[in-house]
Amino acid sequence: MTTLTHDETIGHDEAMEHAHDEAHHGPPKGIKRWLFSTNHKDIGTMYLLFALTMLFMGGASAMVIRAELFMPGLQFVEPDLYNNIVTNHAYMMIFGAVMPAAAGLANWMIPMMIGAPDMALPRMNNLSFWILPAAAVMLLLSFVVPFFPGGGSQINTGWTIYPPLSLKVGMSMDFLIFAIHLLGISSILASINIIVTLFNMRAPNMRLWDMPMFCWTWLITAFLLILVVPVLAGGVTMLLFDRNFGTSFFDAAGGGDPVLFQHLFWFFGHPEVYVLLLPSIGALSHVIPAFSRKPLFGYNSLVGAMFVVATLGMVVWAHHQYTIGMTLGAVSYFMLGTILISIPVGLMILNFIATMWRGSMTFETPMLFAIAIVIMFTFGGLTGVMLAVVPADMQYHDSMFVVAHFHYVLLPGALFGLYAGIFYWLPKWTGRMYDEFMGKVFFWTTTIGFNLTFFPQHFLGLAGMPRRIVDYNVQFVEFNMISSVGGFIFGLSHLIFLYIIIKCVWGGEKSDTKLPNKVWDGATGLEWKLSSPPPFHSWTTPPHVEHLAK
Amino acid sequence: MVTKTIKHSIYAALAAINLLFTKLAIAEYGMNFPEPVTPIARDIYDVHMLTMGIITIILIIVTAIVLYAVFTFRKDKGYEADQEFHHSWFGRWSWVLVPFLVLLIDLTIAGKAQPILEFLWEAPKEECSDKHQANDKCYDMVVKIIGHQWWWEYEYPDLGITVESRYLPEEKAGRDYLRAVDNNFVLPVGKKIRFLQTSVDVNHAYWIPELGFKKDAIAGYITETWAEIEKEGIYRGQCAELCGTWHARMPAVVEAVSQEKFDAWVKHKQAEKQKALAEAMSNRVWSKDELMVKGKAIYDVKCAACHKPDGIGLPPVFPALKGSKIATGPLDEHIQIVLVGKGTMPSWKAETDLDIAALITYERNSWGNNMNQVVQAKDIKQARVHLAEKKQ
Repeated sequence: MTTLTHDETIGHDEAMEHAHDEAHHGPPKGIKRWLFSTNHKDIGTMYLLFALTMLFMGGASAMVIRAELFMPGLQFVEPDLYNNIVTNHAYMMIFGAVMPAAAGLANWMIPMMIGAPDMALPRMNNLSFWILPAAAVMLLLSFVVPFFPGGGSQINTGWTIYPPLSLKVGMSMDFLIFAIHLLGISSILASINIIVTLFNMRAPNMRLWDMPMFCWTWLITAFLLILVVPVLAGGVTMLLFDRNFGTSFFDAAGGGDPVLFQHLFWFFGHPEVYVLLLPSIGALSHVIPAFSRKPLFGYNSLVGAMFVVATLGMVVWAHHQYTIGMTLGAVSYFMLGTILISIPVGLMILNFIATMWRGSMTFETPMLFAIAIVIMFTFGGLTGVMLAVVPADMQYHDSMFVVAHFHYVLLPGALFGLYAGIFYWLPKWTGRMYDEFMGKVFFWTTTIGFNLTFFPQHFLGLAGMPRRIVDYNVQFVEFNMISSVGGFIFGLSHLIFLYIIIKCVWGGEKSDTKLPNKVWDGATGLEWKLSSPPPFHSWTTPPHVEHLAK
Repeated sequence: MVTKTIKHSIYAALAAINLLFTKLAIAEYGMNFPEPVTPIARDIYDVHMLTMGIITIILIIVTAIVLYAVFTFRKDKGYEADQEFHHSWFGRWSWVLVPFLVLLIDLTIAGKAQPILEFLWEAPKEECSDKHQANDKCYDMVVKIIGHQWWWEYEYPDLGITVESRYLPEEKAGRDYLRAVDNNFVLPVGKKIRFLQTSVDVNHAYWIPELGFKKDAIAGYITETWAEIEKEGIYRGQCAELCGTWHARMPAVVEAVSQEKFDAWVKHKQAEKQKALAEAMSNRVWSKDELMVKGKAIYDVKCAACHKPDGIGLPPVFPALKGSKIATGPLDEHIQIVLVGKGTMPSWKAETDLDIAALITYERNSWGNNMNQVVQAKDIKQARVHLAEKKQ
């Protein structure tokens, strides 16, 4: 995408020079390298490993959920434990897996993409990562504390933690609130760092409108996070006060308003969807052109679409609460606003398909994921339009249809997009090619498993099965069984993912031939001018870039 | 059993793939909304089918385009990338064209939905004065739906009846387990009914798919909606908003009957209530055996969900009563907890003195709680007075 004025040989020499530097100023040894790291690549790696750990924990909880729902009746878990697991599944996946993974990609790629030596605020970068393990411990405590004597009741509220139910939960809710605070601080620090880096550290001559698309997506995501996370933090703090200090913000008996919390939560919660989504869209904007051997279609309109999505996404939160009894005017507005989001999202899909169109495509693992995402995410977006229609949502609301919808949005839209990005950049990071055959096996098992899991849930919802129930009527058994079988395939396929990563990072035969700088023949961008793996400090002298030809 | 269910699953999968929109699949496997029985539910069904149709077509088109691209523009077929594609007319104008097309689709959907929304949203606020000239914006009857953890209370304010509706255990419910209750919500057909929902504890949501509405029941709020049921029958649904431990065990069942049957049912209920009131008001001293029988009946319905039929509870949230400090300790404290509530436990002060007396007698003399105490209605009455004094 970005073209260098230097010809290839000069770029190569430069990279060699970096490699030479590394010998003198290599990374510190031992645990200190990680604890005190200010290096964007090391911190990026830690983010990604953290996300991988949380992905497996969140995945394990999903397996328990699907095992319990395989058959009607209470088989494995008590109702409170079930809802505790459902709550934790959401927090681990959203705050533990997807957001840190996206932040990990940002840490790795942004300095390399814009020609910077590192992030703008390296020490804050260290802090924003190391808050995460503390938050994870808090989250874990909120899960296990009820099992100790005097630990109180379990969190049976779901991730939405609506009062008054969340006011009745034992002390584990306080742990969860602190976990949310820490996670919020971490993502705000990371966002500030990314914004400052993108504004100040770009190579000379690289204008904002020359930035690679991944940088754009993260710029918008970072602004979104800074705008909405404080609202959630405020909301849960009010909850904390209601629980412990006798206020009654959300307690009707004390003159409070339980619905107020829902507004605060979803004012954060809806933009959060785009926070999860946009970095993946950014990764796809690199993967699809690379394997279509053709520049990204509609750079300007994609940036514009993301601005519109982010703006509209901030003002349609109440479509999560159509059933609370708002006025006719309010629901009409939220319905129309929500339906209109299909316009920028449609534009994104158009840009991706048009990038493939008349390209010269090959189908490596990242591209397979990208193609599957275009179809599956479109489907998730379309059921979103169904849900936006208020009268019909009177039926869909809080049913399994909603569960199916948001998994169709968030798995292809966020998680699979990150997989595509990881497979695309992994050879660059490690200097070793991943196992392409196993990558393809992973792709097909996840995709089949995923669709088998969540497609039948649409039917369950329409037929009348509410979400978040531990036990269900026998009429729902068939589709739940299919869904569970799909879930197990989907879950187990991630062992392949783990194998591929471990083999690519630590194991495998040392190949005699070093990977070229440009791992993929269709790839463009500054990151492919650096060696594979890249030097410890990315660009010690800024590269000269030409304006992007559009 | 297992092979049978696996076989069923395979059939269901085949049905899902092959018979996506045929009536057969819908009838047999419940893949779509059940048949609507109110005008609103029918409208909702229509708008649902419209949007589902539109999105199915869009999805097929998008998938077809992507698959065409995947099978045509391949490097291994020797296809050279067209580097100038974004300078073609499509490249120049698609960013206007596609949003415009999407906008048209959006407006089609919103245009269809808005009148239905208006019809649904504003529940009739005034009672029909002239039954023969009833228009759309007046109601024939008001009912109140009150959510409790984990049962529904239905109040007919004009008729002076209250119905408590709790889930039936598996032995009694059979195939309708988790979709069956002890007392159905009886409503007449052909009447415009205004529903008012609220809750006494956490949020609940009343959902009967056939009736086509769902509104949250929120403490401190009264949400409203309305329906006119057209067909007699039993319509099953359940609580849709996560409301704590036994959220899954909170079915909601509406029994729509003809006006005559409804009137008869109302008479029967009113007579029942009179009898119970008379019984509770009489100053009769009850024998222990009588109280135990009465108490067990009340306990099994109202208390057993949490404290379990054998009194062992579900610690730590729901403490055991068997051998507990409360049920074997001072009587005053026991009565006070039942009347006032504690933590998750709600107050039961709305029950009659007699019922509470019977209940406490039962709790103190069952499952090895051998207190040999008999509590009479007058004791509860006294306790209420004491509590009120204490408050002042």
